Amino acid sequence: MQFFLEVLIGGLLSGVMYSLVALGFVLIFKASGVFNFAQGALVFLAALTTVGLMERGAPGWIAGLIAVILLAIALMAVLKKKGAAGGGPDWRLAAILGGIAVGAILIIGKPLPFWVAVAVTLVFMVGVGVATERIVLRPLVNQPPISLFMATIGLSFFLEGLAQAMWGANVRGLDIGIPDEPIQWIVDRWDVQISSFDLAGAGIAAVLVGSLALFFNKTRIGRALRAVADDHQAALAVGIPLKQIWAIVWAAAGFVALVAGLLWGARNGVQFALTFVALKALPVLILGGFESIAGAIVGGLIIGASEKLAEVYIGPMVGGGIESWFAYVVALLFLLVRPEGLFGEKHIDRV
Amino acid sequence: MLYREAGQFRTTYAEDQQIFPIRQDRIAITALLLVAFIAVPFLASEYWLKAILIPFLIFSLAALGLNILTGYAGQLSLGTAGFMAVGAFAAYNFELRVEWMPILVSWALGGLAAALVGILFGLPSLRIKGFYLAVATLAAQFFIVWALTKFPWFSNNSSSGVITTGKTEIFGYSFDSPREKYLLVLAIVVLMALAAKNMVRSETGRAWMAVRDMDVAAEVVGIRMMHTKLLAFAVSSFYCGVAGALYAYAYIGTVEPEGFNLDLSFRILFMIIIGGVGSILGAFLGAAFIILFPILLNAYADPLAHALGIDLPPGMTSNLELMIFGALIIFFLAVEPHGLARLWQIAKEKLRLWPFPH
Repeated sequence: MQFFLEVLIGGLLSGVMYSLVALGFVLIFKASGVFNFAQGALVFLAALTTVGLMERGAPGWIAGLIAVILLAIALMAVLKKKGAAGGGPDWRLAAILGGIAVGAILIIGKPLPFWVAVAVTLVFMVGVGVATERIVLRPLVNQPPISLFMATIGLSFFLEGLAQAMWGANVRGLDIGIPDEPIQWIVDRWDVQISSFDLAGAGIAAVLVGSLALFFNKTRIGRALRAVADDHQAALAVGIPLKQIWAIVWAAAGFVALVAGLLWGARNGVQFALTFVALKALPVLILGGFESIAGAIVGGLIIGASEKLAEVYIGPMVGGGIESWFAYVVALLFLLVRPEGLFGEKHIDRV
Repeated sequence: MLYREAGQFRTTYAEDQQIFPIRQDRIAITALLLVAFIAVPFLASEYWLKAILIPFLIFSLAALGLNILTGYAGQLSLGTAGFMAVGAFAAYNFELRVEWMPILVSWALGGLAAALVGILFGLPSLRIKGFYLAVATLAAQFFIVWALTKFPWFSNNSSSGVITTGKTEIFGYSFDSPREKYLLVLAIVVLMALAAKNMVRSETGRAWMAVRDMDVAAEVVGIRMMHTKLLAFAVSSFYCGVAGALYAYAYIGTVEPEGFNLDLSFRILFMIIIGGVGSILGAFLGAAFIILFPILLNAYADPLAHALGIDLPPGMTSNLELMIFGALIIFFLAVEPHGLARLWQIAKEKLRLWPFPH
């Protein structure tokens, strides 16, 4: 019984980590209807960038390139002529971009402390998110969703190549200051081993989900996001700037990817295999439904727990290693009963 | 001027329905086949045959299979490599365990085994579609590779599931040199491509396209959904399975299940995106592009960087390859969603009017 509990709790906690990745998918799918296969690549890029910055600061050519591009955009914002729709010099945007550009130059070749590296990575990930919206998705507006999906597969290849081109392909460790040991207090009291790292991960995930829920329900932008998710055209009609909203969503997905990347990177080492974590998040998604944040959490818990239990109790019967596909089979069987997932919206087709 | 169909009158239905209705097309395709069957084996070097032409043909076949499923029937699959693995290992086992089995039959049976597995994993497509189905096909990918690694029976108890294929012998004639293997693969691929071309313009193909364009509407007009979708899965997997068997026998020789990983599935998906989704020609163009591009990059990236005065760190070309592939996919989807095949079609239409545009 004790062993069962241990496996179950371990599974649930690792399931929380899956949810964290799945959350990034859901965010983007809700707001733009894009199934973002590149979420795993974003996780990898974020983790690798943080570690790389801590190790040796920004590489010159990348920082230089980013600075030049940002300064060019800033210059364009300043020189913008007064047009019909407002226009005129946009000093605020120019100042932000210029500041980031100067910052990028300043950190070339200097190893950064952890929190600074995280902050810089966050800015970088937001930039990647905004750039993705701009360069990848905007030209593909009105294409069938499957095309967008395939474009994100292309994007994931690009980001994986970029991450390794920037930082090299070595496996690195990442220490975020949380020990990965069983908590003595719980061992004494209930004789169940629970890693403090898993628990902290679950706590961070809970905070993240809570703040996202607040963001979605209480802020102006959050409400706009939900409106866009409900109906693009109606949202446009009441004056919600669709493109800005999409950029914000991609930036948010970059942020979630950063959190997931730090936790996963600290757990498994920062390496290419991090991109496969995203593949683990997919069954979580089909189980929970693509549109539901709650679904991502519950799905993650179910997948995490059933996967670990299956590995321990069914695995030995067939020679082990079933973790790689068991989650998919669970999700598939579930889909046969409920094709739209646990919390997904039921679609009625019109001919 | 040259490519004009004026004056070619079709007086019977048979003429009207033939596979290449324009005379110039027929001449071109005959010439192409003659070059492929007669000129290429004599002119191409061993390296070209072994490293470029044979894999090109095999991947074309796999891309053809995926294109039938994704391009024509509209069911996105990410498990192509898994079905190839089934074909390769099934063909190996048929050849190994049945003494008298001719090699061609064992390849065909490998394809059939893949078709059966394809039907099995295609069953969810009756309930789910779109992204959900794409994710479901990933299950096929992971499960097949896992099963082939885990159960040593499939690989005749070899360690880590590696199989080494036997000799390719047909009616006592042994296909050993790259040239002979090339001709054998070419013959199979040409036959299967012809079959595919005919299939997609038959009733079956039209049913597939109707399902792709709108499955509810297709069902309403009386297309049998289960039959059509599962047939698409079966035919597609059969092509992939035969491609897998050829991959093992005619190209690599020694394969392990891990060789058929998700990366290979993506590669084949990229082939049809770049070549043209929903086009037989596209499968070939895409395969040629994806095979040739890394070779060109490897050959020319370093000298080019040197000429520009940059030293590429080791491993950089493979990262560059990833980045350029990714960027190209996005580029093609944005600029020309129908791929290289569509460019070819546009060129043909332009050629029709050339040099008098009216």
